[in-house]
Amino acid sequence: MSDHNGIILSVNDLKTYFQTEDGVVKAVDGITFTLEKGETLGIVGESGSGKSVTNLSVMRLIPEPPGKIVNGDIIFNGIDVRALSIEEVRKIRGKRIAMIFQDPMTSLNPFLKISTQLMEVTRLHLGHSKQQARAHALKMLKMVGIPDAESRLNNYPHEFSGGMRQRVMIAMALSCDPELLIADEPTTALDVTIQAQILELIKDLKERMGTSVILITHDLGVVAGMTEKIIVMYAGKVFEQAPTKELFSTPANPYTKGLLKSVPDPAHEQGAELYQIPGLPPDVAHLPPGCPFAERCDRAQDICRVEYPPFVQINENHHSLCHFAREVYAESIREGGVK
Amino acid sequence: MAENVEIIKGTSLGRDAWNRLLKNKLAVFGMIVLGIMVIAVIIGPSILYAITGFTAEAIPADGNLISSFPPTWQHPMGTDEAGRDLLARVLQGGRISLMVGIISTIVSLIVGVSYGAIAGYLGGRIDNLMMRIVDIIYAIPYILIVIVLLSFFGGPNTPKWITAMSDLFGGAGNAGVSQIFLLFFALGLVSWLTMARVVRGQILSLKNQEFVMAAKATGVSTPSIIFRHLVPNALGPVIVYATLTVPSVMLTEAFLSFLGLGVQAPYASWGSLCADGIKNIAIFPWQLIFPGVTMALTLFSLNFLGDGLRDALDPQTRKF
Amino acid sequence: MTETNGNSLLSIQNLQVHYKLGGGLFSSVKTVKAVDGVSLDIKKGETLGLVGESGCGKSTLGKAILRLTEPTGGKVLYGGRDLAHLPQSAMREQRKCLQMIFQDPYASLNPRMTVGNIIGEPIRTFKLAGDASVESRVQDLMETVGLSRRFIKRYPHEFSGGQRQRIGIARALAVNPDFIVADEPISALDVSIQAQIMNLMERLQAEKDLTYLFISHDLRAVRHLSDRVAVMYLGKIVELAESKDIYAGPLMPYTIALISAVPVPDPEIEARRERIILTGDVPSPINPPKGCHFHTRCQYAIPECKTIVPSLVEIKPRHKAACIRINSEHPHIEENAAAGLGAIGS
Repeated sequence: MSDHNGIILSVNDLKTYFQTEDGVVKAVDGITFTLEKGETLGIVGESGSGKSVTNLSVMRLIPEPPGKIVNGDIIFNGIDVRALSIEEVRKIRGKRIAMIFQDPMTSLNPFLKISTQLMEVTRLHLGHSKQQARAHALKMLKMVGIPDAESRLNNYPHEFSGGMRQRVMIAMALSCDPELLIADEPTTALDVTIQAQILELIKDLKERMGTSVILITHDLGVVAGMTEKIIVMYAGKVFEQAPTKELFSTPANPYTKGLLKSVPDPAHEQGAELYQIPGLPPDVAHLPPGCPFAERCDRAQDICRVEYPPFVQINENHHSLCHFAREVYAESIREGGVK
Repeated sequence: MAENVEIIKGTSLGRDAWNRLLKNKLAVFGMIVLGIMVIAVIIGPSILYAITGFTAEAIPADGNLISSFPPTWQHPMGTDEAGRDLLARVLQGGRISLMVGIISTIVSLIVGVSYGAIAGYLGGRIDNLMMRIVDIIYAIPYILIVIVLLSFFGGPNTPKWITAMSDLFGGAGNAGVSQIFLLFFALGLVSWLTMARVVRGQILSLKNQEFVMAAKATGVSTPSIIFRHLVPNALGPVIVYATLTVPSVMLTEAFLSFLGLGVQAPYASWGSLCADGIKNIAIFPWQLIFPGVTMALTLFSLNFLGDGLRDALDPQTRKF
Repeated sequence: MTETNGNSLLSIQNLQVHYKLGGGLFSSVKTVKAVDGVSLDIKKGETLGLVGESGCGKSTLGKAILRLTEPTGGKVLYGGRDLAHLPQSAMREQRKCLQMIFQDPYASLNPRMTVGNIIGEPIRTFKLAGDASVESRVQDLMETVGLSRRFIKRYPHEFSGGQRQRIGIARALAVNPDFIVADEPISALDVSIQAQIMNLMERLQAEKDLTYLFISHDLRAVRHLSDRVAVMYLGKIVELAESKDIYAGPLMPYTIALISAVPVPDPEIEARRERIILTGDVPSPINPPKGCHFHTRCQYAIPECKTIVPSLVEIKPRHKAACIRINSEHPHIEENAAAGLGAIGS
């Protein structure tokens, strides 16, 4: 329910553009979403969708040349993030908004022990003394399930396996008990059994600490199990936004539908040809007029190629960017749900 | 079914790099200056001879000996001690200096690339052995090597093929020119070492790439893999390094000429001209300034070009 | 004993790939047992899926079959010859029949060669066509894999990931092989493109009578494409069965955990399911645990598991597993554990 006091992040018409050799790349071109306290939002998209840029924008981590947030409001807990000075943004990063990345090896400094890296966060943001910071770091490592935490505190990143490093990253991110955690493909580089561990951990911590989470991924299975709300991005736009169950059972956008159908499903007849979305992912530097998905859409009509699709509100929490959103939605209902 | 379909021409990475290079103003400046220099030294002497009758070696036989004259209309760069026109000497010297740079670099490329590629690809003990040999030669002062080579192979001991090559350039039986060619090769033989290391490093990082394994899986033979797959991909740093070897060799030659070991009179190189010019720097400064500035300009151009090539051949790919 | 099937295309017998690490002045030599005694028969025309997590040795196995990595023991029988012991020159001849599709569409193509040359190289190497007809053969291959023949003079960087993978497939097909090892061919691609490539591979298999070894960590894709699936853990095969049997009724505890860890794109199922979460990390192949490699993470481990190395035996028809706590009368480990049965298998 959208209780105004319950919204922790509100992004409105965000546009982030990059100046490249090829011209202006509209990596994110007008996206809007809200995140409530304690909620997990999934952002699903493929290459060129703009999902990572969205999150970097929220944290004001876009490199100023060549990128720039040209439009939009980013309101975090009532604070206008765009209006803050760089000093103020730094105070928020790591303390109130934390981020974990896909590749933990490159996000951790290979030259510093993890104790140093963990302690740095709390000493900076919470003003801990060395002893306090160390005790806190130990507590965090235990919380994320690192065995033998006492001695492992003195290890270097390369002495940990991939899954363990990701846990260290999570420990670092949650050190200051942030209100918002942004996880950018946190398990893509991990083995499936380790992925299961990490996702369980995130779920568990979220329940214990009440953190709101934005989970970015391309894996529909992961969002199905972890999120309450999903936005599907394509070519820098939000193509569909809906509560998770509704998105999977009654999608209102041909792209979403196509994605859901093209994932091999154990329930399906084995060996039968998989539904495939034809064509290639969009070239965000050279988008055609009209709907960016038109050339790959199996129900595209002339209007799709010429006119930009409208924002269609299916119900209170579900909207879709498509000329035929209602028809697609009706079809999904008729089919008794895609899954 | 052979349809006549219009085939789209691809843009190779080389073309991409070339376009990027053209956007770099300093590099373009370097290329232009270099181009002018090269053209000047190739056709310059003949044009000058045609217009004025001056050559680099000829001392005017008539009584009007005008030695050490400052620049005038007749002698735009003045004359040297012996009365020879300095412009003609600078142009002639340019030929030799540039040839030293280019030929030595080509020698070092051929030897260095093959050596480094083979060592890098074969790896293991062979690589170890080959690189230790490089280390040992590296440790010996290059001047010593050049001097030894020059004295050993100089004069009557000059190998036939060097004499043959020099005959093409300087006319048959011209001993002085063949000594210069010997110098080219000697310098090339000491500068291949770093080239070999550079290439080996590139090959080491490339040989584990999947396309090499794919070539193996396709049944391609080892020599083909090395020279058709690996070397073309290693060329980036190699080209850059080669462009920077040219000025380095030219300076080495200048130094040797300075010491009296390089180009001998009556031939000249920019280095030997500077060496001569230094003697009279207080009184006749133009004898140093002209060859010096010309050489410096060329070296700058080569360096700009090398820098530009390094940037052009190393594209940063940005993904969103 | 492996099944000596009449229609077996490739018979792998006790294959081993061990590497030596370290051995300097100060450290002792360690052995990485990447592939530790694998025996497998691949039937003609089938797609055998090979799954496992990182460090299990599946990629190494694929490469060892093709001698892109040297095996240190065992045999690979193909067409009456042992590929593992052929001299390199004879092996090169065999490469006409055994090809590979690689994982990384960006690194597996030589960036300095045109597409035409990349696909044409194997044709020229084996002299399968006269110079004049190579180009038209290449164009035909490009069309077969869904690339426009107009692109023959383009360079790899001008294509997208999915297109490059198609080029890699065309290159593998150029010599008309019988057998293709596909090493994670879709992992690096976008979801919508993965479906395209999987469909392409299936179509090609039917058209050209190909046999695939499909190596992947993506269990959903493997289930879709494969007829049979082999599960690897730390260099050994721990389960081998028909695709649907492995997913519907896994027997070996590792497989059970693996399958339960795969997220399903269905919120209803995800909300309801009981996941088995394995504790601990995947151990390193440098120092694999003694006895059953999996015992350190297995919830059903008993003391015998530390000492006995289980063999891969048939538990159900055409379904083999390597675990000492199950046998053909009592195939279900949860029941056996509940009933207190100890080591009943071999």
